[in-house]
Parts: sequence; structure tokens; C-alpha cells
Amino acid sequence: MGFYLAQLLTGLANASSLFLIASGLSIIFGVTRIVNFAHGSFYMLGAYLAYTLVTTLQGGIPGYWFSVLAAAVLVGGIGLVVELTILRRIYRAPELFQLVATFGVVLIVQDATLAIWGAEDLLGPRAPGLDRAVRLMGEPIPEYDLALIAIGPAVLAAIWLVFHRTRWGVLVRAATQDREMVGALGVNQAWLFSAAFVLGSALAGLGGALQIPREAVSLQMDLSIIGEAFVVVVIGGMGSVTGAFVAAVLISVLNAFAILIFPQVSIVLPFVVMAAVLIVRPYGLFGRPGSEHGGAEEPEQPLRLLDQRSTMVLLALVAMLAFSPAVVSDFTTILLVDVMVATLFAVSLHFMMGIGGMVSFGHAAYFGVGAYAAAMAVKMLGWGMLPAMALGPVAAALAALFFGWFCVRLSGVYLAMLTMAAAQILWGVTFQWQEVTGGDDGILGVWPAEWASSDRVYFYLALVLCLGGIWLLRRVAHSPFGYTLRGVRDSRIRAEAIGIDTRFHQWMGFTLAGTLAGLAGAVFVFSKGSVFPDALSIGHSIDGLIMVLLGGIHALAGPVYGAMAMVLIEDWVSRLDYWRFIFGGIILTVVLLAPDGIAGGVRRLIQLVRRDAA
Amino acid sequence: MTLIRRTVLGALAALPLAALMPQIARAADTIVLGEVNSYTRLPAFTEPYKKGWELAIEQINAAGGVLGKDLVVVSRDDTGDPATAIRIAEELIAKEGAVMIFGTFLSNIGLAVADFANQKQVFFLASEPLSDALVWSKGNKYTYRLRPSTHMQAAMLAEQAAKLDAVKWATVAPNYAYGQDAVAAFKAELTRLRPDVEFVEEQWPPVFKIDAGPTVRALEASKPDAIYNVTFGGDLAKFVREGSLRYLFDDRPVVSLLTGEPEYLEPLQGETPNGWIVTGYPSTDIDTPEHKAFAEAYMAKFGEAPKTGSIVGYNSVLSIAAAITKAGSTDTEAMLAAMEGLEVSSSPTGPFMFRAADHQSTMGAYVGKTALVDGQPKMVDWTYADGAAYLPSEEEAAKLRPAE
Amino acid sequence: MTPVLEVRGLSKAFGGVQAVDDVSFELRQSEFLALIGPNGAGKTTCFNMLNGYLPPSAGSVKLNGRELIGTPPRRIWRLGVGRTFQITATFLSMTVRENVQMALISHHRRVYDLFSRATRMYLDEAMALLDLVSMREQADRPCSELAYGDLKRLELAIALAHEPALLLMDEPTAGMAPSERVALMALTADIVARGHVSVVFTEHDMDVVFAHAHRILVLNRGRLIAEGTGAEIRANPLVQEVYLGGGRLFEKERGNA
Repeated sequence: MGFYLAQLLTGLANASSLFLIASGLSIIFGVTRIVNFAHGSFYMLGAYLAYTLVTTLQGGIPGYWFSVLAAAVLVGGIGLVVELTILRRIYRAPELFQLVATFGVVLIVQDATLAIWGAEDLLGPRAPGLDRAVRLMGEPIPEYDLALIAIGPAVLAAIWLVFHRTRWGVLVRAATQDREMVGALGVNQAWLFSAAFVLGSALAGLGGALQIPREAVSLQMDLSIIGEAFVVVVIGGMGSVTGAFVAAVLISVLNAFAILIFPQVSIVLPFVVMAAVLIVRPYGLFGRPGSEHGGAEEPEQPLRLLDQRSTMVLLALVAMLAFSPAVVSDFTTILLVDVMVATLFAVSLHFMMGIGGMVSFGHAAYFGVGAYAAAMAVKMLGWGMLPAMALGPVAAALAALFFGWFCVRLSGVYLAMLTMAAAQILWGVTFQWQEVTGGDDGILGVWPAEWASSDRVYFYLALVLCLGGIWLLRRVAHSPFGYTLRGVRDSRIRAEAIGIDTRFHQWMGFTLAGTLAGLAGAVFVFSKGSVFPDALSIGHSIDGLIMVLLGGIHALAGPVYGAMAMVLIEDWVSRLDYWRFIFGGIILTVVLLAPDGIAGGVRRLIQLVRRDAA
Repeated sequence: MTLIRRTVLGALAALPLAALMPQIARAADTIVLGEVNSYTRLPAFTEPYKKGWELAIEQINAAGGVLGKDLVVVSRDDTGDPATAIRIAEELIAKEGAVMIFGTFLSNIGLAVADFANQKQVFFLASEPLSDALVWSKGNKYTYRLRPSTHMQAAMLAEQAAKLDAVKWATVAPNYAYGQDAVAAFKAELTRLRPDVEFVEEQWPPVFKIDAGPTVRALEASKPDAIYNVTFGGDLAKFVREGSLRYLFDDRPVVSLLTGEPEYLEPLQGETPNGWIVTGYPSTDIDTPEHKAFAEAYMAKFGEAPKTGSIVGYNSVLSIAAAITKAGSTDTEAMLAAMEGLEVSSSPTGPFMFRAADHQSTMGAYVGKTALVDGQPKMVDWTYADGAAYLPSEEEAAKLRPAE
Repeated sequence: MTPVLEVRGLSKAFGGVQAVDDVSFELRQSEFLALIGPNGAGKTTCFNMLNGYLPPSAGSVKLNGRELIGTPPRRIWRLGVGRTFQITATFLSMTVRENVQMALISHHRRVYDLFSRATRMYLDEAMALLDLVSMREQADRPCSELAYGDLKRLELAIALAHEPALLLMDEPTAGMAPSERVALMALTADIVARGHVSVVFTEHDMDVVFAHAHRILVLNRGRLIAEGTGAEIRANPLVQEVYLGGGRLFEKERGNA
């Protein structure tokens, strides 16, 4: 009995930690509709700042708690700077574009932290006065855990009071429910957004600072928490602080007991729970319909077929690409294969997100399934390269059919998170099922057939397949199928009213996007010779997302620009010291200069040049 | 900011070259070594390693280089991604003119580059990855590995564990290939030495995401006589802290893989558990002349004591230099022939050789106990365990490898 | 002659509230029928059951003798029912013509065509429909730039694309300027007059209703309380009573939308 109590209390202590970071994320999303990837960075900064303060002050009990609060305040200040200098300028950008900016912040914070605090993990002192365990029913329970168990609900209560007893809090709640109304009331939105962002950041900082007595402060803290924090927010319902609390308790306590029965479960448990919750409740436990989408944005312009001159330019570019192996080095052809694979991946994601209006945080799943299917066909079935390559997109299509069926029942951020859950579950299976997938050691020795083994021949194979895939998706975008998909995105009710089976159509769109991502995966695996679970990791999905958003979601050319920019810039800057800092800076610069993405920036540039020429 | 601006400008100037130039001509009197590692992903482990090989390069070139030529290392960050690592390896060979590749830390990246080396017929010395697969189940002609592998280190610990009274064992390991290999090897070795032991519990927290409280409770609940730990880094710190708070380690021996390495031990500071049996590297206490010379040179150059990574980086370059010297050329086949049974006699950690049968070096590790000495984490009562003693015989090892 | 639409005993309860209670009526070929009533009378609920968005608690809706209850909205559309919305719903990222083309593409069952150029399909038919609503000049404008009245006309063109037998118009003039209202309803009446389409519409603006409707149904608290021509409805004391004791019925009720 005591044992289960101890396990429950440990779970609750973890829940408090998780709640603190998730509540801030939820508030930020609720008010500003920003999907804040930098939230983990704020958490990490809170921990580092608290570490420095605690170890410098050495002030006993008051010193410790002062340090924790001071760290939270400082992180709130950092949040304010980020909001004022970056986010404020891009609130009118297309949905989710702001997450590109927060991604840039993540990169900058990673390298800044490394430069300031060094690479080594830092283990802070235990909390003064709470540095031991007490026995409850004979079981030792750390005192600090008990303190955390109290702090979580206390913070929840404080937030509740602020939200229900202050004018500001009432406005925050109103903004969470209906942004237009707040604008109509004449409230200064900019001020409201800043305040919400500061509060959210400070809560993340507080969460990080309170971890000092529990774990070593490390450079992995940001990315290790962010996925789970999003899961908690989504399970609770975006924008609902109470929901975040309930979800944090649910996840943490479930995990505490689940590892007793199935120790390997931790890597996928939160995602499985999230998937289950979303399938039953499409807006999370406490979310409301309407909490799934970002703010109002400019409507997209109609698609145009290329005029004759643009077609000529495009054909010339393709011809240049095709003839490039004759002039550039072997290595450059290899880099170009990477660019083409990334571009097809991004274009397929754009087809789903831009054309279909279904945001995906887990598109790498289908890339990975394509890559693994091709690799396994070679290694286990002894297939040749071309049939194995053909199997890639087929397998990806089947996976997309399966997961897509669930995903298209949701919309907005909830849909995105369910795609992420699907990807993470697939990742978990790949990672864990060593006998079949090789687990973490991946599948090796998947090289091109003899005739295609030279870099040049493979380049042409990749060229045909990737450009073919991109051409196909472009063609489909202009076809009735693609138009219908855009129609469903624009107005589901209108689409339904002209006889379209909207869900089925989205399902097919999802599947087509997944299929082409699988083709990209199949081309990828033979160019690298091996595949590892990284191929379907969240990180890879996010890369694709950044490519699409940075490139410009409202233009068919957007993902092409985005993929080229990401691959080439990363290949170039990663030669430098502190390259993540530079990369993050470049991303922020692009974001600020072109809030409609690179494609929008390029279009405006061309217009400018034409006007000058005229 | 000036520094950053200068780097950016420098890189801008280099951009057209990077993208378009077929090959950068290097002076004829240098030998280019390609190096790739996870510098941004795991700086805590790769920075000391980089300093180690930098020191070796400096010393070798100061002494006249190899075959009368200076060694030059072109080093790149793989960003923690196997696919990127392969692209960089291609570039190092195709564009930078590297005669071979060394480096890598993460096992999957080591495996990816090894497979690439096999396909492109390039000599690859895997410096740091521990995976047994690298030289055994997925070994290939072109790949050698320096660091004592998971199996070797687990066997070193199993030897010590067998001397304990403990019968009921629990294990805790990060849930990925390294953790799984480490547990499997330990179980196999310990069971071989002590058929009476039983394993009563295993915990598999996700790497770098351990939920330490429940994990500790779950281990405690199985009431083991002793614990075998494979967690490291941030997970280790959490595990140690939660475990000691909850009295998990009271009257219970713990054997722990790699925990004696300064990279993992030093962050534990005052929390360092007492008396854990560990593999590691007591860098400041080794007083062989070779090691003293190395440690002093390292201290003089970098102002800090060497870590495990430092010795691995240093020994990597020593091995490569020895191979090229023995081969008399930088021809891949000649270097591979030289690697077979190559003796590296004057390394700071003592002599070792590369086994012809499975391409594993016999570089060993130090086995000892953790302790706080003057408030600082240390390894005490340590001995050097020669890697050769913890490897299967060359005949057996050869059977573990795929047919050529 | 069988009626186009035959509604029998249509009822809907939300919890304990009877929103629509045993409503029955018929719609004849080429008839222009108005459904009116004060706020909360059950007009919209009634409408949403006709077009399949809301399952009724009881009752039957037959289109040319075929039962519609239980049929999803998109099937109802296929059976020849077009609709416009109280708040316009169009594809904002497309041009005016593309919006009409979409309806035509769906009508011709080509939505799964992956290779044709959508913008080049059914051009003439689309232009003819735009002509019908006098929108030819605006064909290439992005839908997002249209004035509200033009959006309403566009919706009408979309709704007519599959040559429906029945057109359901929910508050067709809501949010429009008075002059636009007259123009739109005149246009609709004209289409009814020359085609084979019958129309049911709800409306707040009584001028519009009495000017164009062939027949009027009055709902109050979910029940059908009166039915007849404009003159009959005007004279009905029950209707006068419902509309706040008379007089008001014949005034404009602007801003009620």
C-alpha cells in the first residue's frame, strides 16, 4: 500500500513540474495563438539562471526561494524582449508562421547558453530545508517532492485568482475565447499579448528553476521537455490552464505506474494518451471548438498557372540543374540530391498544409516509413533497388491511410498534434522493435544497385523521381482534386453544400501527401545507405514544417524556396563555431523581413524591380 | 559581436568556394584527415575529445609529421544526424581530399559512417562509439574502432560484480541500443561467471528523459541485492539524487558503466555516491611517464585536466599516425593492411593493438570505485583493465562478423 | 401534380425545448415560398433539417417523393437541392469564376480528377451562370475582394450550378443594403419564373417577403400558425398578434439580421 502511495506522490510531484511549464504554454497559445517552440528554452534558461543565483547567493532557505523567483522574473523579462522585438511584428502573418520565429529563438538560446554556462552539466544544490526524505507509511518520500506537490495547485489557484479577480485576467480569458470581441472592446491588444507572453515565459522559467534540486541543469533540457509540454497542453485543451493541470497529473501518474508493468513504455506513453484523448474528444479535455485555429489572417490569393515567361525560366532552371553534374564537383551533386529530397519532402508537406489546410507536426513519419520500407525490402526480402524504391511510397500511403483516417476528424492545432502522436508512435515502434527495424542501430547497407552506384547516375535517378514528385503535386494542386482540397480548407460548409465528401477528400489529400513523402524517403535511403529512427523523429518533422512556413505557405513555390534555404544555409553555417546562433539569427532576419515567407519576399522584390524597370 | 561578424564575413567569403569549387588545393606536404563528430549535439563529451586530437596533431607535427608531411585535420559538426554525417564524410573525401575519416560519438552515426566507408572504400577509425555492432555484427573491412566497446566495459564490471555476494540483480539503462547492449553483455558475462545470479528487475527510462522518482521506486520494490546502472549524463545525476534521497543505494552495491569517466563523474560533485564500482578514467592520478607527459602537455595547452574524450581523441591520432607510418603511404589498402595487428606502443594509457580479426583495439579502461576525496569526485582503488582480456578470442570474434 | 417538397410532421426537440413542433407543408413546382416568424420561431432549425445538417426528432421530408431524412447534406445536394447561407460561405482563395467552376466540377463528378486543369473546366457553363446573376465582369476577381452583396449573388450562381429542383435560401438578404435586397430578390424571382426551380427562403425583411413570395408560411414557437398568400397573411389576426400586436409586421425590420 505504502509503495503505491509513494509512486502516486512521485507522479504528482512530476505533474507539478510539468504543469508549470505547460500552463505558461497554454496561456501564451490561448491569448496570442502562438505555438511557442521556445517555451522549452525559457524553461532551460530558468534552470540555468536559478543555478547561478542559488550557487552565488548561498543564502540558505530565503536565498533559495528568492533565486527561484528571481529566475522566473528574469525569464519573464527575456520573454518580453522576444515578444517586443520579434513576435509583435509578425502577428498578422499566416497561421503558425510565428512558430518559425520561436524556432529561431530556440537555436539562439541553445548556443547562447552553451557560450555562457559551458557544455558540462551543472548539478545544483538540494533545496535548503527540504533536502531529505520523510517516511510516509514506511516509504521514503523526498520533502522537496511534497513541496512541489503543494506548489503546483498553489500556482493553479493563483492563476485562477488572477484570471477571475482582475480586469486583466478577465480580458485574457475573453481573448482566449474570442479574439475579435476583445478587439471590438477597444482593449489594447498589443499590451495584452505582451503581458500574456511575459506571464507564460515566467511560468516556464519558474518550472525550470524549481527543477534545480531534482536534476542537473543541462543543454538538453529545452528539447527534452517541449514535446511533453505540448502534449499536456493539447490533452488539457489549448488555452485551458485547468486542463493543463489535469493533463499533467494524468500523464505523470500514468507514467509512474505504467513503468512498473512495462518499463519501456515511457517513450511513447504521453503520445498514446494524447492520441486516445483526441480521438474521443477532438478539442482536448477542457478545450472548446474554435480553440484550434490561429487568429484572423489575410486570405490567400487565387492560384495562377505559370505564364509563358515564368515557364521558360523554370524550364531553364531545371535544365541547369540537370546539366550541373557536368560542371560541379561530385560532392555538390550529393548536396543537390539532399536538396531535392528535402524539397520533395517539403512540397508534400505543403500540399497537406498549404493546399489542404491540415497542419502536420509529424510528416516525417511517412518519409521514415518510405525509407524503412525500401530498406527492409532490400535487406529482408532481397529486392532490387527499383522495386524497393517503389515499395517506399506504397508503404507510406498505407501508413497515411491508417493514421489519416483519425487525423482528418480533427482540425487546426489538434490535428497537427495528432499527426505528431502518430509519428511518435511509429518512431517508438521503429526504435523499440529491434528484431525487425534494427532499433536505434538502424538498417545499414542499403546502397544503390550497381548501375546507379556512381554519384552522377544516382543524381539523375533522384532528379527524375524528386522532380517528378514535385511536378505531380503541382499538377494535382491545379487539378479539380487540389482545388477541391483548397475549397474544403477555405469553407468546409460550402464544400459540403456543393456535394463534396469533405472528410474523405481530406483523407485522400493526406494520403497523397504521405505517399510523396514516402517517395522522398525512398530516394533518401539509397543516397545515404542507411536509415535510423531519426528519419521519423519529431525533429525531422519540425525541419519540414520550418521549410514550408519559412518558404511561404501561401505560394506553391514556397516549400521549394524553404527547403533550398534550409539545407544550403545549414550546410554552410554548420562549418562555423556557434553556427546555431548564426542560423537562428538568419531565420529571425528572414522572418522579420518577409512575414509572408521567402516566396512573399521574392514576389515583392520582383514587383519592385519590375516597377523600377518600367 | 566583432568576433561573430568576422566569422560570418569569413564564411560569406568562403561560400562560393564551398558550393562550387571542385577541390581546394592543399599544399603537397600535408596529409589531410577528415574528422566528424557531434560537436553541437553533445558538446560536453566532444569538446575534450577535440582538444585531445588537437594536442596529438600539434605534437606529431612538431616532431616532423608523418612520412615527412604535416597532418591536417578537417573537422566538421554532424549536428547529431546520421544523414548529415554521411554527407559531410562525402565532402571530406571528395572535396577536402581527406585520406581517411575518424571520429563520431553516437553509435548510430558511427554505424552510418562505417557503412559509408564500406561502400566508398574509405578507411574509417571510429573513435568514440561504443556499439558492439560496429565491429561485430555490422563490422566491415574498412572500419576499425578505438574505444573499449560496450561489451568490454560491461565485462570488466561483470568481473567485479561476480566477486560480490549479491545474487538478485536489478538493472537500469537508457532505452536505446547502447543501454540494451550494455545490459545484455553484463547479464551474459555475469551469468557465465556466476550461474547462481538472477535478474529480478529491469528499468528502461528514455534517454535524457528519465523519470527518476518512479524508476527508483520500481527498482527498490524488487528488493535487489545489487544494481547495475547504465544511465549517464543528466539521467545519472537525477538517478543518483533520487536514489540517495530514497535510500536506494543504502547497503546495496552498485556497479555502473562509464560513471568513473570525468565527463560523467565531475558534474555529480558533492553528490557523488560512495563506493560504486565503475569503469572510467582517473585522469589526474595516473602516474606512468607516458600519461604524465600527456597530462602535463594537455594542462599546459588547455588549462584543465584531460577527460576520457581527450584520451580517446589523442589516441585516435596516435593510431592513425602509426598506421600511415607503417603503411608508408596514404593509400587506403596500404593503411588497412597496416591496421591489421597495428601496435600503438607509447600511448598515455599504455600499449594497445588493433586486432586483425575484428578490428577492435585492445585499449583498456580503468576499473575502480567512486569516492569523494577532499570534496571532489574521484575514482579510487582503480586498476587498469587491459582490453584484450575482455574480448572474445580472435577466432570467436571473427565468427561474429558478417562474411566479407 | 406531385409536390416538389413534401414535409410531414417535422419536429425537433433540444433537451426539453420543442424548437420545431409538427410542421407540415408542401412546395409546388416553380413556387417561391417564404418561411417567416419572429426570432426563435424555429426557422433556422427547420431549414437545417430540410438540408440535412440537423437530424429531426420526428417527421419526414420528401423531395419528389424521395425521403431526405438521414441523408447527409452532400447527398441532398446531389438529389437536386441547392442552398445559400445566412452568412455567405464561399471559397475565398479562389476567383469568382473558380467558385462556380467548383460547383460544376462537383456536379459532373470530377473532384477526384488529378490531372485536368481545374480553371479550364466548364468555362462556358460557369460564365453562363455568372451572366445569370450579372457577375460576368467580376469573373476573374478574387472572391476575397467582393462586396457582400456580390458574394450573395455569387452564392446564388453556385447554388444554381447543378440545376437544382429546389433552392433553399437562408436569410438571402441578411446584411445587405436595401437596394441590394430588392435587386437580389428580383433576380431570384426572375430565375424562378423562367426555370424549373422552386425556392424556399427565410427572411426578416417583410417588404422582400410580400413583394416576391408566392406563398408564406408563418412559424411561431416551433409551430406553423398560418399559411397563405401575402394578402391572406396580412389579414390573419394570429399573425398580427405574434408580430407584437400588429402594425409592426408591415414595417421594415432592419438590423434584425
